[in-house]
Amino acid sequence: MKKIEAIIKPFRLEEVKDALAHIGITGMTVSEVKGYGRQKGHSELYRGAEYVVDFLPKIKVELVVGDEQLEQVLETITEAARTGKIGDGKIFVSGIEKVIRIRTGETGSEAI
Amino acid sequence: MENFGYIVDTLFALFAMTLIIFMVPGFAMLEAGLVRTKNVTSVLTVNTMIYAVASVMFLLVGYQLAFGGWENSGMSIYAAFLFQMAFVGKTVNIMSGGVSERVRILPIALFTVLMGGFIYPLVVNVSWGADLLAGTILDLTMYDLAGSTVIHSTGGWALLAAIMIMGPRKGRYKDGKIHVIPASNIPLVVLGALLLWIGWFGFNGGSVGSIASKENADTVALTIMNTNTAGLAGALIAGIFMYLRYRKFDITMILNGALGGLVAITAGPDLYDIHTPIIIGAIGGALVVIAVPLFDRLKLDDPVGALSVHLVNGIWGTLAVGIFAAEPEAGITLLGQLKGVAVVAVFVFTVSYAAIYIINRFLPFRAGDDEQVEGLDVTECGLEAYPEFKRAF
Repeated sequence: MKKIEAIIKPFRLEEVKDALAHIGITGMTVSEVKGYGRQKGHSELYRGAEYVVDFLPKIKVELVVGDEQLEQVLETITEAARTGKIGDGKIFVSGIEKVIRIRTGETGSEAI
Repeated sequence: MENFGYIVDTLFALFAMTLIIFMVPGFAMLEAGLVRTKNVTSVLTVNTMIYAVASVMFLLVGYQLAFGGWENSGMSIYAAFLFQMAFVGKTVNIMSGGVSERVRILPIALFTVLMGGFIYPLVVNVSWGADLLAGTILDLTMYDLAGSTVIHSTGGWALLAAIMIMGPRKGRYKDGKIHVIPASNIPLVVLGALLLWIGWFGFNGGSVGSIASKENADTVALTIMNTNTAGLAGALIAGIFMYLRYRKFDITMILNGALGGLVAITAGPDLYDIHTPIIIGAIGGALVVIAVPLFDRLKLDDPVGALSVHLVNGIWGTLAVGIFAAEPEAGITLLGQLKGVAVVAVFVFTVSYAAIYIINRFLPFRAGDDEQVEGLDVTECGLEAYPEFKRAF
């Protein structure tokens, strides 16, 4: 099992969610996060003075998938989240030791 | 109905007073929106406390000091009092807004005792009231219907003194650079500014004093119409100026522009024809757009723009009467207006500076750097405005 953490542009969330649902992903966790990468922040104007917004709003999508599904999911997210402009985000993949479904106590890939 | 005029004017004064009191939540919401979330409860507490302190002081000392007595044959003395009382809190509301996010509650409440009980009533005394300067060289001939000078620049001068003594918010000016601290809640800013706008109809309309005759009813209606026009012109010109200069529409500046126009019209809304307020309000709105960055360059940190709105336009509005409505036969001249501005400026600034300086020696006005970082909601009030929300950075 692998955990996928994808940092994406907030307005791509719907596309990513729909694309994942389309390939049979049944659940995910999303959170609002802030950060920056190579695109840095951007400047805004308030009451006649410019200022730099360092941390831009992003969405973090987290989901756990079985090894056999991993490549398809990564491809789907990459395609759905891409705009081609700087700041599209990143995907991190890591190993998962154990998964437990709280309601039934099922473990492993049954619990995903 | 022999008492018809008396009853109508009493009702009119009570209605105008009610509109003016709507400016208390107006200031409160405007300021709550323009500060960071960690200081919102503190700002609201200051607004509420000083309204109470100033109004009670006006009841105990101020009204008598301003007008020399309670006699009034035109309307109920209680309505006459309430109408005047509604103004007192405004002078300190104007002042407290500009020192938001760093001012401590106890010292500003203490200063409010002096402002509501003595400083503002003395300004009223020499302009609208018993006039203790009558017959002296300082006797004011200034025309100021609803208080461009008496209220707005009075609050503005006290604010300037307070800002000079207290200094800017922590981190506002770093290494000679202006560090922007953005507003936390724009919808509240809009609500507050528009409440102030509506309150102004009572502020200026009520200041005509009577509505119980055909002539007075016309004057009241003209006054309210001109008040509104100046606000519209201020908003429009501030929006246009911001767009021309920065290619952006900043709603906080557009609303400050509207309020600037409203302050500017306040000295003489009953004297102008229906088109002059467009010019007066537009200049008022333009002055705000110019003054906000200017005060920033002078490192006078004013989170809500009160200096630009109330002080700058209080002066402009008072002079505008001398420019657009001078009537030498009636004693209204530009020189007389200028003298009024100067006398009130010297008196209010000097006395406020001295009072704030002395209070500050024993009870510092400025919250410490650590307290400012933590937020005044926690350190001053023990109650966060938005405990469930993530803190703004």
